[in-house]
Amino acid sequence: MAAKTIISRPVYGTLSPQPGKHHLFIADAEGALAITDMAGKAPAGFFDGAEIVFVPGREGKHVAALEALQPVQLHVAPSFASLLPRLKQTLTNAHMGLRLYLAGTEGLIGQAMQAALEAGIDHTSMQTEHRGSLARRMQCVHCKGITENVTTQPALCAHCGLLLLVRDHYSRRLAAFQGVCINAEDRSEIPPMEEAFP
Amino acid sequence: MSTGTTKLDVVVSDVVPVNELVTRFHFRRRDGELLPTFSGGAHVVVEMRDGDRTRLNPYSLMGSPLDTREYTISVRRDDVGRGGSLFMHRQVEPGLDMVISYPVNLFSLDLRARKHLMLAGGIGITPFMAQTAQLAGAGGNFELHYTCRTASLGTYADVLQQRYGNRVRLYHDDREERIDLERLLSSQPLGTHLYVCGPAGMINWVRDRAAALGWPPETVHFEHFAAPQPGAPFDVTLAVSGKTIRVGSQQSLLEAIEAAGVDPPYLCRGGVCGQCETNVISCDGKFIHNDHWLSEEDHRSGCKIMPCVSRFEGKSLVLER
Ligand code: FES
Repeated sequence: MAAKTIISRPVYGTLSPQPGKHHLFIADAEGALAITDMAGKAPAGFFDGAEIVFVPGREGKHVAALEALQPVQLHVAPSFASLLPRLKQTLTNAHMGLRLYLAGTEGLIGQAMQAALEAGIDHTSMQTEHRGSLARRMQCVHCKGITENVTTQPALCAHCGLLLLVRDHYSRRLAAFQGVCINAEDRSEIPPMEEAFP
Repeated sequence: MSTGTTKLDVVVSDVVPVNELVTRFHFRRRDGELLPTFSGGAHVVVEMRDGDRTRLNPYSLMGSPLDTREYTISVRRDDVGRGGSLFMHRQVEPGLDMVISYPVNLFSLDLRARKHLMLAGGIGITPFMAQTAQLAGAGGNFELHYTCRTASLGTYADVLQQRYGNRVRLYHDDREERIDLERLLSSQPLGTHLYVCGPAGMINWVRDRAAALGWPPETVHFEHFAAPQPGAPFDVTLAVSGKTIRVGSQQSLLEAIEAAGVDPPYLCRGGVCGQCETNVISCDGKFIHNDHWLSEEDHRSGCKIMPCVSRFEGKSLVLER
């Protein structure tokens, strides 16, 4: 689990079954294991009211394990972007009582949370569990471009090319960490790039 | 002086009977200035000086928060209570000087909500009078479901329907009209917050159903001032101030502590805010807990008591006060 450093740094918990009749899970890669682990604690019939949206990622594993839970629906998507329109639709039509569970990489949790916040769910009402890569979604504070899957410190902005310090300062609204130019005074100063978010 | 209990010197500017049980009281500042701003759901504690006895009862402000020239409260007459409401009904007249506390809000709207779903029972309508006025002024989205015993006891039902039309739904007990709570709670859009004020049974019912239907606890707001219950007199030792006092049968423990010249903290005097929480040093007997603040565990442990509403029966009680 990621360490808490400053107040905006998200902290994640462990999924636990909530009361209610409708449950929506959104997960990627190893996030599937957070769901299967939670299933052990869920009351009988819990998945009769559950829908799972899953992005298997590169390794393509865990689909069968989720199928075995027999949710009402299992929707497998190639990427978060591809599932977003459908997610928005689901949230627009949903009612109070829908419980949201987000599991997997920070990028997925952050972006799914962003869509849910827009739909009116408070972030404290969502269950989250971080699993898998620590790669960050980063917004360059200079050009505002978003760079996905940042694993190094510092990191290059994929848009304007500045060398950025990836801060712990996180924006829920943007679902991204802030990246600030690390060598603004003297561009020739190039600190070593280290693998910081594997 | 206790936290949040700064006083306001007011004069009763009007007394208006609303129906056979409820009377409305209007207060203005004696110095003619505007009263402090408040938000919908706030209450004030009214000091009632009745001979040598002073009662302090909380009442929700029911006027529009947009108008601070006067505060209004509505008091339901309770013929078997400890006499606070009877004092208000019988002895308070226009022109009387009174003292009230600054407003405190323990039942505020969560303005991040997309929609506010309000459930009122009986005199529990009063905080919603202020909240609906506040929301209507800001174009807020709300719906009010109001249960009353009979149409004539539906305090302000007419005013509310006139102001807000079909955003107000009435249910009359004598006509066997009941809220279809299951359906109501299952059909609300995401981002709805729920507010309940009314008798304890109604609040518990709504909270239970909402929890079972998957409403996150942070979206469910409720207010229930417990009135201090009369009971058998008992003796208490206040260890810090070195006093031994007797709590009369019509007096609350908090009132008895105050009468002994000790100034303990309080805010709501209705067992909801937590301010008056007091440690028990030793006891021989049983507690009669009436608050909504302490956990069940705290209640069982016998280590804490909320003197504004709870009592004691037994041989001895020593408090850290
Ligand atoms: S004064 Fe608020 S709980 Fe006692």
